[in-house]
Amino acid sequence: MPSLPFVRRPIDQVMTEERAAAFTKRSLKAAAKLAGLKLAVSMMDLTTLEGKDTPGKVQHLCRKAIAPGEPRLDVPSCAAVCVYPNLVRAAKRFLAGSSVKVAAVATAFPSGLMPLAVKLEDTRIAVEDGADEIDMVIDRGVFLRGEYRQVFDEIAAVKTACGPAHLKVILETGELVTLDNVRLASELAIHAGADFIKTSTGKVTPAATLPVTLVMLETIRDHFYATGVRIGMKPAGGIRTAKEALAYLVMLNETLGADWMTPDLFRFGASTLANDVLMQIARLADGRYQSPEYFSLP
Amino acid sequence: MTTKKLAARKTAAPLHPNATAHALAVPPSERRLRLGEGLAYAPAPETTPVKIDATYGLFLDGAFTKPGKTFATLNPATERELARVTAATAKDVDRAVQAARRALPAWSALPGAERGKYLFRIARLIQEHARELAVLETMDGGKTIKESRDIDLPLVAAHFFYYAGWADKLPYAFPGRTPHPVGVCGQIIPWNFPLLMAAWKLAPALAAGNTVVLKPAETTPLTALHLARILQQAELPPGVVNIVTGAGETGAALVNHSGVDKIAFTGSTDVGKRIAATLAGTGKKLTLELGGKAANIVFDDAPLDQAVEGIIAGIYFNQGHVCCAGSRLLVQENIHDEIVRRLRDRIATLRVGDPLDKNTDIGAINSRPQLEKIRELVASGQAEGAQLHQPAGRLPQTGYWFAPSFFTGVTASHRIAREEIFGPVLSILTFRTPEEALERANHTPYGLSAGVWTDKGSKIFKLAAKLRAGVIWANTYNKFDPTSPFGGYKESGFGREGGLHGLLPYVTLR
Repeated sequence: MPSLPFVRRPIDQVMTEERAAAFTKRSLKAAAKLAGLKLAVSMMDLTTLEGKDTPGKVQHLCRKAIAPGEPRLDVPSCAAVCVYPNLVRAAKRFLAGSSVKVAAVATAFPSGLMPLAVKLEDTRIAVEDGADEIDMVIDRGVFLRGEYRQVFDEIAAVKTACGPAHLKVILETGELVTLDNVRLASELAIHAGADFIKTSTGKVTPAATLPVTLVMLETIRDHFYATGVRIGMKPAGGIRTAKEALAYLVMLNETLGADWMTPDLFRFGASTLANDVLMQIARLADGRYQSPEYFSLP
Repeated sequence: MTTKKLAARKTAAPLHPNATAHALAVPPSERRLRLGEGLAYAPAPETTPVKIDATYGLFLDGAFTKPGKTFATLNPATERELARVTAATAKDVDRAVQAARRALPAWSALPGAERGKYLFRIARLIQEHARELAVLETMDGGKTIKESRDIDLPLVAAHFFYYAGWADKLPYAFPGRTPHPVGVCGQIIPWNFPLLMAAWKLAPALAAGNTVVLKPAETTPLTALHLARILQQAELPPGVVNIVTGAGETGAALVNHSGVDKIAFTGSTDVGKRIAATLAGTGKKLTLELGGKAANIVFDDAPLDQAVEGIIAGIYFNQGHVCCAGSRLLVQENIHDEIVRRLRDRIATLRVGDPLDKNTDIGAINSRPQLEKIRELVASGQAEGAQLHQPAGRLPQTGYWFAPSFFTGVTASHRIAREEIFGPVLSILTFRTPEEALERANHTPYGLSAGVWTDKGSKIFKLAAKLRAGVIWANTYNKFDPTSPFGGYKESGFGREGGLHGLLPYVTLR
């Protein structure tokens, strides 16, 4: 491979996992917890990515994203809904007038194993249909074969195809497996023009984990120190409870700090997280738990 | 990022993939991370109650004596008196040694499996009482509840479990030779890991059939006294373990007592030297675990963020009150600035304060004299021209505190590069080649521990073979396990604790 535009840094798995585990030991209570939970809601990309998705399902999702909880709970809207390109128009219609963005998974999601021309067309059509954000996947096969330049060029080409839309680059870390690969893929994505880097499609296990996200946040931090540019982060898949979401926010707070604690720079990609967070918010408001039936389905 | 900047980011037409981003770049002078400012962690104090008596007697012959002349033990986080503890006199020490002597024949004659049963029972009782012992350890010594709960207490129980397992396997421990107990052991332990050091000392001694007189440190006697209650609950025969509290005179009385067959001491090198001089020619066995000024060596091919975690664990663990602390950071010159930047960011996230708060990372300094010693050495570092780095933020008003600190611009001649500070203060020195790193690492009177950080396995093995230190951690630091021997080279002492090696000081092989 011709020279990479950055220094490759090895990552040690053991100490990364130890550091990541430390974030789960921070204790957030009362006002701090409530603030964290509401922030988590505002950072959510409410997601539906199923073969059986229809405008009807997307309508449920959009309404949930605009008003996730009962008005008395004073919960902010979610950041975005995340859908397949064919449902962008529908999502756009249901979200009209709201602050909620539409994110489309493009570039032959989830495998990315299609010719570049198809991926670029996929991206362009999603943007034309009104997608504010594009969640692309890298070609993991190409990456694992060591063709880093091709990975870089494809990301750069998709970024150009995005035009004004924000680009999130999905690394699918569950298929990259090692943290060394996660670091390298993060660097490639950031240098090729990613606005956000994202862990997973949600179609592969493991999806987002704290150690993987930590390595990605540290790459973002190093890029900020080197260039002054703030890249966003989106852990996606596998985050199902309010407690887990708070651990991610603690990690963000202690790795990138307050400037990143905004939906502009941090997102949760999740389909079932919202109601657990809402349940905790309601418990803080009422002092007791309510049954899951009190929280509407997305 | 301001909303204005964000708006610009959305509307700009990108010519090059990164064109929009570059236009919004923060200038170098403003590239700071506002770490820890995004979420306010509320106080989360550990609330497990622990009953502390007003006064404590000595634990002699299976029972507590009436308190004699007492001294106060303080909570270093509040400077408030926790309890009064008896200062054992030479006469008390004599009674303790006599009790241990009386208990020796029956205890050493027990089948190993029977002794093992007692140790297993003690280990289980420690687990049952773990949380309250952790709270007591934190109150008496100032260490964070996070550490006493997650590190000290689990290790305490693990040591008893581990040596309980050896008790009935002693005939096979040293092939071809038969181990016999040494006799009555005097054990003097320090204040940095009070209960853990008691476990390190007691478990192998008891497994091998010895009886013990234990002297905890004067600033942290309480967990040892509560351990005595657990020994009672376990129905350990009277006299097998005796606990005498007090300061240096009590320890001296124990060292000088003619009825003691072996002394095991963990503490300062100064006191260790005096003990060695006292015991010379007496025929008493001796093991010493003393000070250190460990080199933590970071090469430019190391995983830097994880190395920084190891540096943090190496020097700020237990407020730096760790004999094997990685207090001399040797960092390859070409990555010095990157490491310092990461370290500066990382210590900004360390929370100093109430040790009982589960969110606290750095607790209280153990005592006022120790705090003064740290301050004196830090002042010397500044006077000698090194640059002190500390995070912003104020320390609590009452109690003994020292902010996590590190020095850059340290040379090998600085006092802070040579003397053990025993506090949360790191000295950063640079090197250029592996040979230089090795030479600098070994150039110390101490030799307890060392750390090596590199992605190259070959480099690790090469250095580990040449580093003159008892414990070498590679790509980690301050990890302990009962199966692993621990002890020093040179002025860091002799004898090993932990593992099979840890049995040796407590047996005579015939």
